[in-house]
Amino acid sequence: MKVTAKDVRHIANLSRLSIADSEMDKFTEQFNQILNYADILQELDTKGIEPSPYVLPISNVLREDVAVVGVSHEEALKNAPEVHNGGFKVPRVIE
Amino acid sequence: MELYKQTAHELHEQLVNKKISSVELTNALYERINEVDDKINAYLTLDQENALAQAAKVDSKIAAGEVIAPLAGIPGAIKDNISTKGLRTTCASKILENFIPIYDAHVIANLRKDETIFLGKTNMDEFAMGSTTESSHFQVTHNAWDLSRVPGGSSGGSAAAIAAGEAIWSLGSDTGGSIRQPASFNGCVGIKPTYGRVSRYGCVAFASSLDQIGPLTRDVTDAATVLNTICGVDKMDSTSLNVEVPDFTKALRQDVKGLRIGIPKEYYGKGLDPKVDAVLRKAMADYEAMGAELVDVSLPHTEYGVITYYIIAPAEASANLARFDGVRYGYRNRQATSAPEMTTLSRSEGFGPEVQRRIMLGTYVLSSGYYDAYYLKAMQVRTLIRRDFEAVFKQCDVLLTPTSPVVAYPIDGKMDPLSIYLLDVCTIPVNLAGLPGISVPAGFVDGMPVGMQLIGNILDEETVLRAAYTFEQTHEYHKVFAPVGGAK
Repeated sequence: MKVTAKDVRHIANLSRLSIADSEMDKFTEQFNQILNYADILQELDTKGIEPSPYVLPISNVLREDVAVVGVSHEEALKNAPEVHNGGFKVPRVIE
Repeated sequence: MELYKQTAHELHEQLVNKKISSVELTNALYERINEVDDKINAYLTLDQENALAQAAKVDSKIAAGEVIAPLAGIPGAIKDNISTKGLRTTCASKILENFIPIYDAHVIANLRKDETIFLGKTNMDEFAMGSTTESSHFQVTHNAWDLSRVPGGSSGGSAAAIAAGEAIWSLGSDTGGSIRQPASFNGCVGIKPTYGRVSRYGCVAFASSLDQIGPLTRDVTDAATVLNTICGVDKMDSTSLNVEVPDFTKALRQDVKGLRIGIPKEYYGKGLDPKVDAVLRKAMADYEAMGAELVDVSLPHTEYGVITYYIIAPAEASANLARFDGVRYGYRNRQATSAPEMTTLSRSEGFGPEVQRRIMLGTYVLSSGYYDAYYLKAMQVRTLIRRDFEAVFKQCDVLLTPTSPVVAYPIDGKMDPLSIYLLDVCTIPVNLAGLPGISVPAGFVDGMPVGMQLIGNILDEETVLRAAYTFEQTHEYHKVFAPVGGAK
């Protein structure tokens, strides 16, 4: 087994997700199934092969440094779950 | 023939010649939607009032003798991960259930300029993660050819809408086959353009190095017509290519004489349904009879494509979907007593299982200690896959493959995630290499449509369209209309 339930819980925490205990076995099993399948990549010798994060031969696309009108305050708050004094309201962050 | 069964180019003629009006056409589509969508479930949101107002505007332009664009007044449908200002855009997720975009995607702005009609937003796999449209939070979409089968995915609603006569054209997005596979399952045409041809601005990001928007249509001519409107550089997407956009409809010539069609042997191996194989062998013979040359080629790293994709795409998704934190938009858990708990609970309750699985897989392959073994390795294998294609396009002009190794399968949720992932084997390498690929109807197996995929070199949509058009014009499988009946 590549990952245990404990590992899955750790990854869930990094992902800001909580997996219900009842789902844990299924998740762990599916995770391992995929990671085991990934072993076939080890058959390939990739020493010295450049990685391809992107396929385009372009980088650093720049525009003129001029101010343009952005999203208005009102629009930015339109889909907010909770608004207070013109800002996004969230539960307490620090005790 | 009923208006809802026709193509955009046929309807454009009738609009211009004042044989029909756009209001009449738009009403015909909504009538059709009312009649069949409870069986198909293609749509998540309809926008009838605005659609009819837009149609009336086009009609008055026509009445005034003004020239209209080819898609003006022609009703289409938009996948629900493409941002439409003022019209709910959910990605078929609970987390965006009530999200109203404040801006239009680049493609939507272009289509609005051409005065087309948006009927509504179509169902999809949640955040485009899936191949069956079953992972939608809201509803399961049914295949118009057999209601007990999946429409494919993730653009399942957009494809089913075309097959069932609920839209004349539609937009989908394709990260690993999400336009081409549902096009294949529904007997319609779907093209994924070269990566960078179409701006991704306003397409909710899944895997940014792979995502591309494209059309689903009844025929190749309509696909070229929609491409003409949506392609082009956009300052809001730094990965959109600053290259000339040809008039794609000029590529629609019935001529494959001397065209070198590559047949990559790896796409005809284990797992391919022998009946699907037979349909494609027939297509090859037909091309040969029309003067094309068949070339046996090899793409040796094909079998590594699926797992390479299922490392890279989740890795990118885990970063892209980090923005759903319950703070600025989207679903929020109201019981949490701290901000971090609020984010964790909002995400856990807002995302479905497939999305959570992929976020976690992506987080894992990017995490310290596993990055080199999985993510870096996958990016290197991506280079090998790209090199395979580069080599092959020295020997041929276009590749002919199955779009999917099987036809649409039953809606029963019996397959485990990995088995479903493996069925993406024919479409995924095309995204990894950034190439254009089209799926066109090539025949039927047991009454279900079979798609043929044609893959072109970077920015060579024109050869792909010409090959597809030539086949289509000599076969007319695209003119067979789905029965849209039977038990649900």
